Amino acid sequence: MWKATRRNFLIKTGAGLGLALGLGWVGKKAIRGFFVEQADKGALVQFSTDTEPQYWFEVQKDNTVLFHSPKIEMGQGVFSALAQIVAEELEISVNQIKVVHSATSHGPIDPNTTGGSDSISSTFSQLSMLAALMREMLRERAVALLEIPLSGLSAQNGHVIGQGKKLSYAQIVAQTSEWSLPATEPTLKKPEKYQVIGKPLPRVDLEAKVKAEPIFGIDATFPDMAYAVVVRSPYFGAVRGIVNAQEASKSLGVIKVVEQPDFVAVVAKSRYEALMAKEKLQIEWTSPTPLLQQKEVNEIVQIGKGDLTVVQENGDLTCLEEGEDNIKLEFHTPLGTHAQMEPNGVAAYYKDGKVVVKMSTQSVKNTRNEIAEATGIRAEDIDIHPTFMGGGFGRRLYTPHAYEAVVLSQEIGLSVHVLFEREQEFQNGYLRPPTHHKLSAKLNNGKIEAIEHQIASGDVAFGSSLVPSFAPTVLGADFGAWRGGLFHYENIQNNSVKYWRCQLPFFTSWWRGLGLMANSFAIESFIDELAKKAKQDPISFRIAHIKQDERGKRLIGVLKEVQKISGFGQKVLSEGHAMGVACATDVNTPVAQVAEVKIENGAIKVLKVYCAIDPGLVINPDGVKAQCEGAISMGLSASMFEELNIEDGKVMPNQYLQYQMAQIRDIPDIEVSILSSGDTPRGVGEPPMGPIAPAIANAVASLTSTRMTKIPFKQYQFS
Amino acid sequence: MNLNLVTCYSVLLKINKLTMLLKFDLNGKSQSVDVPEDMPLLWVLRDTLQLKGTKFGCGKGLCGACTVHLDGNAIRSCSIPVSQVQNKKVVTIEGLGQGQLHAVQQAWIEEGVPQCGYCQPGFMMATADLLQRIPNPTDADIDDNITNICRCGTYYRMRKAIHKAAQLNQKA
Repeated sequence: MWKATRRNFLIKTGAGLGLALGLGWVGKKAIRGFFVEQADKGALVQFSTDTEPQYWFEVQKDNTVLFHSPKIEMGQGVFSALAQIVAEELEISVNQIKVVHSATSHGPIDPNTTGGSDSISSTFSQLSMLAALMREMLRERAVALLEIPLSGLSAQNGHVIGQGKKLSYAQIVAQTSEWSLPATEPTLKKPEKYQVIGKPLPRVDLEAKVKAEPIFGIDATFPDMAYAVVVRSPYFGAVRGIVNAQEASKSLGVIKVVEQPDFVAVVAKSRYEALMAKEKLQIEWTSPTPLLQQKEVNEIVQIGKGDLTVVQENGDLTCLEEGEDNIKLEFHTPLGTHAQMEPNGVAAYYKDGKVVVKMSTQSVKNTRNEIAEATGIRAEDIDIHPTFMGGGFGRRLYTPHAYEAVVLSQEIGLSVHVLFEREQEFQNGYLRPPTHHKLSAKLNNGKIEAIEHQIASGDVAFGSSLVPSFAPTVLGADFGAWRGGLFHYENIQNNSVKYWRCQLPFFTSWWRGLGLMANSFAIESFIDELAKKAKQDPISFRIAHIKQDERGKRLIGVLKEVQKISGFGQKVLSEGHAMGVACATDVNTPVAQVAEVKIENGAIKVLKVYCAIDPGLVINPDGVKAQCEGAISMGLSASMFEELNIEDGKVMPNQYLQYQMAQIRDIPDIEVSILSSGDTPRGVGEPPMGPIAPAIANAVASLTSTRMTKIPFKQYQFS
Repeated sequence: MNLNLVTCYSVLLKINKLTMLLKFDLNGKSQSVDVPEDMPLLWVLRDTLQLKGTKFGCGKGLCGACTVHLDGNAIRSCSIPVSQVQNKKVVTIEGLGQGQLHAVQQAWIEEGVPQCGYCQPGFMMATADLLQRIPNPTDADIDDNITNICRCGTYYRMRKAIHKAAQLNQKA
C-alpha cells in the first residue's frame, strides 16, 4: 500500500494566514482594520497542515482510494463535497473514494476547526492540487510501466490509459517502490471542464446513515470499556464541598467513584449503573456569591454597559444626534443553545503513556492540546480518532470531557466512556449570548443619509480556547459578536457600528453563524421600517443602498433572484397572507430570503420560505440546498420559539420540549435557488441563518401593525 | 482462595434480585439478557447488546431519537424499563427492513433526507409506525404524529420522504 506523505504533497501550498501572524509588525489600529475586513469577508482562515507524519490518500488493492478527511462530517456534507473535489482532479469516480476521518496518528491534522463555513473554501485549492499531483505521479509512473510517452497517456476513471493499454491506479502502485514529484506543477482544470464538481450527487454517507451505521462519539467503544458519568456544576458559580461517596460506591455495578480537583465521576460496568449510582452521590455545593438571576443578565447586556469599541465608522454622524425626526428602534435576542441531537460523548483508552480517544469534536488539534496540557501526556502520544458528529453548530469546539475520559482511564486502568447528559448539555456546555441593539437613522429624500448600529452582546469568540487571550486587548470588539452587524448598504455615506462588550459571569460562545442571526434580525428589520417610512418597495429600497461593486452586485443578484422566484411585491397573495424580505452577506456569500406568513389561532404560521444564495463555485448543489434548508429551519426555530433564562444560577429550561424547538409541523415549504458566480467556493453553512428571522418579522409587520423587536416571536399574540 | 469473584458477584445479584433474566424477541430472533429490571430498554439495546442504531437524545422520552417498535407500536425506549418487554417483540432500526431496505429507508434515500443522521433512525421508526396506522397520511396526519426533534433541519425533506414511502408501500 502506497502512502503519500505530506512532504511529497504539500510542495505548492501556502502557509496559514492567521490572526497571530500579523500582530508583531502591524499596529493595533491597522490590525483591527485588517481584521474587520478579513473577518467580514470570511477570509481569515487558509488551510495548511503542520504535523508529521500524515497522508491524505491511500490506494487500495481493489483500486478504491481511501481519503483521510481532515474536516469532520457533522451533517454539513463535507465528506461528499471533498470527495467530489478529489474525484475531479484525481480522475476517479466518487464511488471509488472511501472517505474516513483523519486520525491524528494517520492523516492530515486540521490546524483550524471544522466550523465557520470554511471547510470547502479553505481546502479547495490545496485539495485540488494534491489530487492533481497524485494523478500526475501515477501518469508519469505509467510511462515506464507501459512504455508509452507521457503525452500519449491519460488518466480516466481510476486508470492510466494509452494506445489501447491500461493500468489501474492500484496496479501502478503495486509496481512502484519509489515516487518522484512531477517536474512541473500540474495544471488544474478550468471550471467549464468540470465533470464531477457541480453535480448534485447523493451524499456519500447517505445509505450508511439511513441504515444507522455511522459511529458517533456517543457510540464509540473499546473492548471491556467502563462507563462514566461526571457530576457537573449544578448552577453557575457553584463551589464543590465535601463528597460523600459511601452509598454510590456500593451501588450496583460501580467500579469506582473518582474524585479529582476539578470533577467527580462515577465509573461503572454499564452506563445505567453509573447513572443510578450518581443519584446516590452526596455532594455539598455552595455559592460564595448570590445566585445569578435573569434580571441581572438583562442588566449586564445593555447598550451603554461594558466596554465600547467602534467597529465601523464612515462620514459624519452628527445629524443622528440632533434631529427629532430620526428613526430609532431597539431589538433584543435571548440566550439560546445548540441543542445538537447527539449529547457529547467520548471513549478514551490509556495504556503505557499513550492514549487513544474516539469522539465528536470540531477541533481535533485543540482537543488534543487541551488533553496534553491537562494530563502532561505528550501531544504525539494522544491519538484522536474523530467520529461522525450528531450535529455541531459550534458546540463541539468545547470538549473538556475528553480530558476527563483520559484521566478516568488512567485512574482505573480500563477504557472509559464519558457521556454528557442532556441536562448537562444545557447547563454545562455554553450558550449563545443575549444581545441588545439600538439602531438610528435619518432619511433624506427617500434615502438613508446616516445610520448607526449599536450592539451589546455577551462574548462569543473571546474567552474561547481557540482565540488567543490577548485578542480582547488588541481587538476590543469580539468578531464573533459583531458578525453580521456591519452595514452592507455601502451607499449610505455616513455609517457607524459600535460594539459594547458585556461580559457575563458564565460561558457564552460559538453558535451557528455567531452574531449573524441577532445582528441581521436588528439591521434587516430596521431597514424594512426605513423603507416603509420612505414609502418604498423593500427590495428596491435595499438595492438603492447597495454599492455597485463586485460584492454589492452579487447581493443585488440574490435580492432580484428571490424576488423572481417568490413573486414578492408582484404576486397576488391569498387573503390574510403577507411576504417579508431580508438579506445578508456572510463569509462573502450573499443570501436573500422571502417568508410568506399568515396568522393562525393567534400565532404566526410560516407558509413558505424562498431563498436565493450565491456561494461562488458550487461543489454540490444538492448539498448547498440541504444547508440552506437546514439553516432556515434552525433559524426559524431559534427566532420563533427558543429562549433560555437563568433562574437561581440554573439554565432553564434544561430539556427538550420545555426548550421549545421547531418540529415538522412548524417547517414550511422551502425553495432554494442557487446563483453561482466566480470560480472559487465560499461558505454555505451559516449565511442562510441571517435573513430568516427578519424575513419573518418583516412579513408579520406587513400583515399586522406589529413590529416585532424581540426574539422569540412566540411571545407575540395576534388576534 | 480460588473463588471466581465474577460468579460470586452474579450469584449475589440474583439472590438479591438485583438483576433479572429476561427474554424477548429482538429483530426476529430470541434474545435473553440478565440486567437490572428497571434498566431502560435503550441502554440494554445500546450497551448490553451493542446495537448502536437506537440513539440517546434526552433520556426523558421527549425527542424521539430512541424510538423502536414494541409489538408493532412505536415507543421511546429511553423511558421504558426492560422488564416491560418480557416476551414481547422489539424491532430496532437494524431490523426494520429485515435484511433489506424498508420502504421508509428507501424513501429517505430517494429524498436525500439525512444530514448529521443522528435523529434519523428515530424518525424512520416513527414513520414506519405511522404508515402502519395511516397508510396514506395527509400533511396534517404527519404534523400530528411525527413529533421527534431534528436539529439539522431535515424536516422539509422528511415530509416529502414520508409521502414517498407511502407511495412505495402502495406500489409494493
